[in-house]
This record gives sequence, C-alpha cells and structure tokens, in this order.
Amino acid sequence: MNIFDRMMSLDRRWVFLILALVCVITYVWPFSIPIRTTHEVESIYNYVDTLKENDIIFLGIDYDPNALAELHPMAYAIAEHAFRKKLRIIFVTLSQNGPGMADQAIRDLTDSLRQDKVYNGVEYKGRDLVNGVDYVFLGYKPYPGLVILGMGQNFRIPFPTDYYGTPLDSLPLMKGVLNYDQVKCVIDLAAGNVADMWVVYGAGRYNVPLALGMTGVMGADYYPYLNSGQVFGLMGGLLGAAQYEKLSDNSGPAIDGMRIQLYAHIIIILFILMGNIGFLMSRREKRV
Amino acid sequence: MEAMSMGTFIWTTLGAFLTLCIFSFLYQDNPFYKLAEHLVVGVSAGYFVIILWHNGLQPNLFDRLNDGNWYLLWLDSSKPWYMIPAILGVMMWTRFSRKWSWISRWPIALYMGIATGVAVPLEMKNRVNVQLYSTMKDIEWGSFLGNGLLDGGSGLAELIIFLGTVSALFYFFFSKEHTGVFKGVARFGIWILMIGFGASFGYTVMGRISLFVQRIQYLGDWTKVAWDDVSSGAFIVFWFIVITIFGILAFYEIIRFVNKRGTQA
Repeated sequence: MNIFDRMMSLDRRWVFLILALVCVITYVWPFSIPIRTTHEVESIYNYVDTLKENDIIFLGIDYDPNALAELHPMAYAIAEHAFRKKLRIIFVTLSQNGPGMADQAIRDLTDSLRQDKVYNGVEYKGRDLVNGVDYVFLGYKPYPGLVILGMGQNFRIPFPTDYYGTPLDSLPLMKGVLNYDQVKCVIDLAAGNVADMWVVYGAGRYNVPLALGMTGVMGADYYPYLNSGQVFGLMGGLLGAAQYEKLSDNSGPAIDGMRIQLYAHIIIILFILMGNIGFLMSRREKRV
Repeated sequence: MEAMSMGTFIWTTLGAFLTLCIFSFLYQDNPFYKLAEHLVVGVSAGYFVIILWHNGLQPNLFDRLNDGNWYLLWLDSSKPWYMIPAILGVMMWTRFSRKWSWISRWPIALYMGIATGVAVPLEMKNRVNVQLYSTMKDIEWGSFLGNGLLDGGSGLAELIIFLGTVSALFYFFFSKEHTGVFKGVARFGIWILMIGFGASFGYTVMGRISLFVQRIQYLGDWTKVAWDDVSSGAFIVFWFIVITIFGILAFYEIIRFVNKRGTQA
C-alpha cells in the first residue's frame, strides 16, 4: 500500500480527532480574526438601528435546541440591539421546542440589560426589562402556516393569552396592537420550513417587511428571496450572527466561534485536498 | 456563565457528561451513546406532548368547551361548535382499526381541502410568480459602475441569474438531445448547479462545525465555572468519573482487538 492508497483509506476517526484537537486548541488560545460584514446582514442591522424609540419589532424564535448553536447568538444580538435602542419586541415561537429557547433568551437578556454598556461609542444605561411593557412573549402554537395567517388578522386569534397566561388585552404593549400593521418588521430566526411560511403567508399575504436568520444548512436556499425583494435581509449560520455582533459592537459567542471555524475549515479543506490527491494519483497509477 | 448554585451545577454537569456520551459515537457505537440518544428522544417526545397539551389542546379546545356544568359534559358550553373539531380529531384515531379506518379519510380530506385552498394561491404568487419576475426583471446597466461586480443591481448579477436559471432548467429538458449549442447550454447549466451545491455544502460544513464549536464553548464555560465558582473537588470527581468510564471502554476495546487478532492467527 503506497502513500496515496493510505491517504484514500485513512480512518475517519483520525479526521475527527485532528478536527477536535484543532477546535479545542483554537478555543483555548485567545486571538481575534477580522469579520467582514455583508450587505444582507447590514440591511437588517440598519433597519433595526433606524427605528424610533417604542417601535415594535416581531422576533420569531422558530428553532429547537439542535439549532441553538447558530441561531441563539442571532437572537441575543438582535434583541440586545433592539432593547438598547428602547424598541419593544413581540416574541413568538412556532417550533415545538422553541418556548424553552425564547424563555432562556429573555431571561439572559433581562440580566444583560441591567448593566451599563457602551456599543459603537454610545453609552447605554442599564434598565430592567418589564414583561408586557418592553416585550411580550406570545408562546407556541402548532401549525405555523395557520398561526402566521391568524396573526395577520389579529394576534389574539391564535394567542388569546401570552406564554405566561396573561390575556393580551391586559398587557400595555399590546394596547392598540392588532396585527402586523402595528409592527415595523418581522425577523424570523428559523431552523426549518417555518421560514418559507413566513415568506409565503406572512410577507406574501400581509406585506410585512421580513428578514430571515437561518442555519448554515439552509442559508444558500434563501438567497432567491433576497434577490426578489421578498425579504430585506438575510443572516446565514454562525457567520451571519458574527456579522450582526460586529455591526452592533456586541462581541459574543458567534465572533468567539468564528476563529475556531476558521481553523476547522482549513483542516477540512486540507483533508478534502488530501483525499482528492490520493484519488487522482491512485487512479493515475492504475491507468499506467 | 456566572456563579451558579450546586443544583444548577449538577444539571449543567449532566449536560457536559451527555455531550461527551454523544461525542463518543465518533469512535464507535457504545452503551453511553445509546443512553444519551434514548434520553434525547424520550425527553423530546415527553416535552412535546406537554407543550402540545398546554399550548394547543387545553386552551384551544378544552378551555373553550369547559365553561358550563360538569354534569352536562360540554352540552351547555357557550361555544358548542368546538365539538366539531374535537369529533374530527377523534375520527383521525380510527386509523388504528382496519375496519373503521375509512372514517379517518373525512377529517384528512377536510384538512387537505382547507390547506390546499389556503396554500395554492399564496404559494403560486410568492414562490412562482414573484420568483419568475425577479429572474427576468429589467437589467439596469446604469448601476453597474456604482456597485460591486456581482452585487444585486449591478446588471451582471441579473444577467448571470437569468442565464443560469435558463441553462440549469435546460439541463433537465430531455425532449431535445443535448448536442451542439444545446450541449453547451446544458454544460453551463450543470456548472451553475454545481456552484449552487458547493455553496450549500460550504454552508453545511459551517453549520456542523458551529454545533461542535457551541459544545466546546459550553464545556469550556462549564469547566471555568466548575473550577472557580463551585468546587474544584466536584470538578475533579466529574473528570475522574468520565475518565474511568471511557477508560473502561478503551480497555474493553483493546481486549476485543487482541481477541480478534488471536482468532485470526
């Protein structure tokens, strides 16, 4: 067995081991890498940044724990940015294990907002987030397409009460807020076909401005909606989250993760090259 | 991660242990992986049942029916028409009987009819018409100089999208033999498809590594908190248990390997 055959028959567990070692070493070794922002993420940041105090945005937490790694950083970055700008947020989840994700994000953001922080040179004083005043969490309902259509008529049709059981009419934030007409935009963070439903039944039916944040696996499939103007912004995977964190000057797990990504990708590219060289050379030898 | 209580520490430690159990599959299938896998499936299913009850059935059906006298069941409910979806739902359960399963076709037919009626016009408009229009919209060459070469609105981007869409569709058009000019168009189409698949593959790799990165961050944060805030003793005990378990697994593997070699000899 020559070197090329060995390259071809390398036990996959060596690949896993080397990749794990590289990831752990780059995690332990602190350094930063430059993050270049793209137009599609800048659109979302600029849209949120230019909204006025007390404007309402609608944030869909449509993912389960298996997509937490990519979408949680997006939710934290967007919500923190919005709350620091004193915007109000209506959270909803159309994913069955999403309530836990949204609840955790709201609790963590409440803690974070209590601290004074400086973002992009602007000092933001800490404050307490109040449920029903600064945000509302509608909770979860099954059948996302029907829920999106129902909310387009009145939020109270699918959600007579919020996640904590309080009637929507008794929440100060929901006074005069009937449907999508009263929210400035919907930002949906999705790990499945809920994103399609927002495009078709939300933006398509009710013309609400829509931006999407999605897992890396889904990322490439949604660019046609950006090109057609059906969504005004797009964030794909951890890179999208890192770009939003950079734009909002709020470095978090996404930017921290990108340096590990960099070296993991280099290792994967090297292994792909190695496999291809092994394949081509062994084929050439067989021909000779 | 901030300072945590011992209770939280125990739960997060369980999370760390289960993470390692799942990763152990990368070496090979083993009882610890199976334990974690079954736990995930079981907990997810149980959690979903409770979520569905509290967010679906209870508020949407039972609470709306349950506003009368209990001894009249739901006959004096102020919203008796909610019995209709309840009956339709029960009809679905006849799937479990060979004799009565035909009854379940009625609620399925009703559901499919409503879903199709709602979906078809909107799907047609948003996924076909709007996409067709955006593929063939006027190319504004005037903005070519102001933008990046491949940015939307540069003209060149629109041209590539148009040609790429047409040639990729042509690749799947088999009524005309792919020879001559058509061969070139189909070849361009397959290149466009490959670029698309490559972009998806790249994003997928990034997604998978992101999951691993998040777990490393979780384990790293857990390590720091466990050592600094809770108890270095508990931290050492945890790793002692983990190393012992995986040590036993490794020992078992070595014994199996030696026995296999002995049998072959």
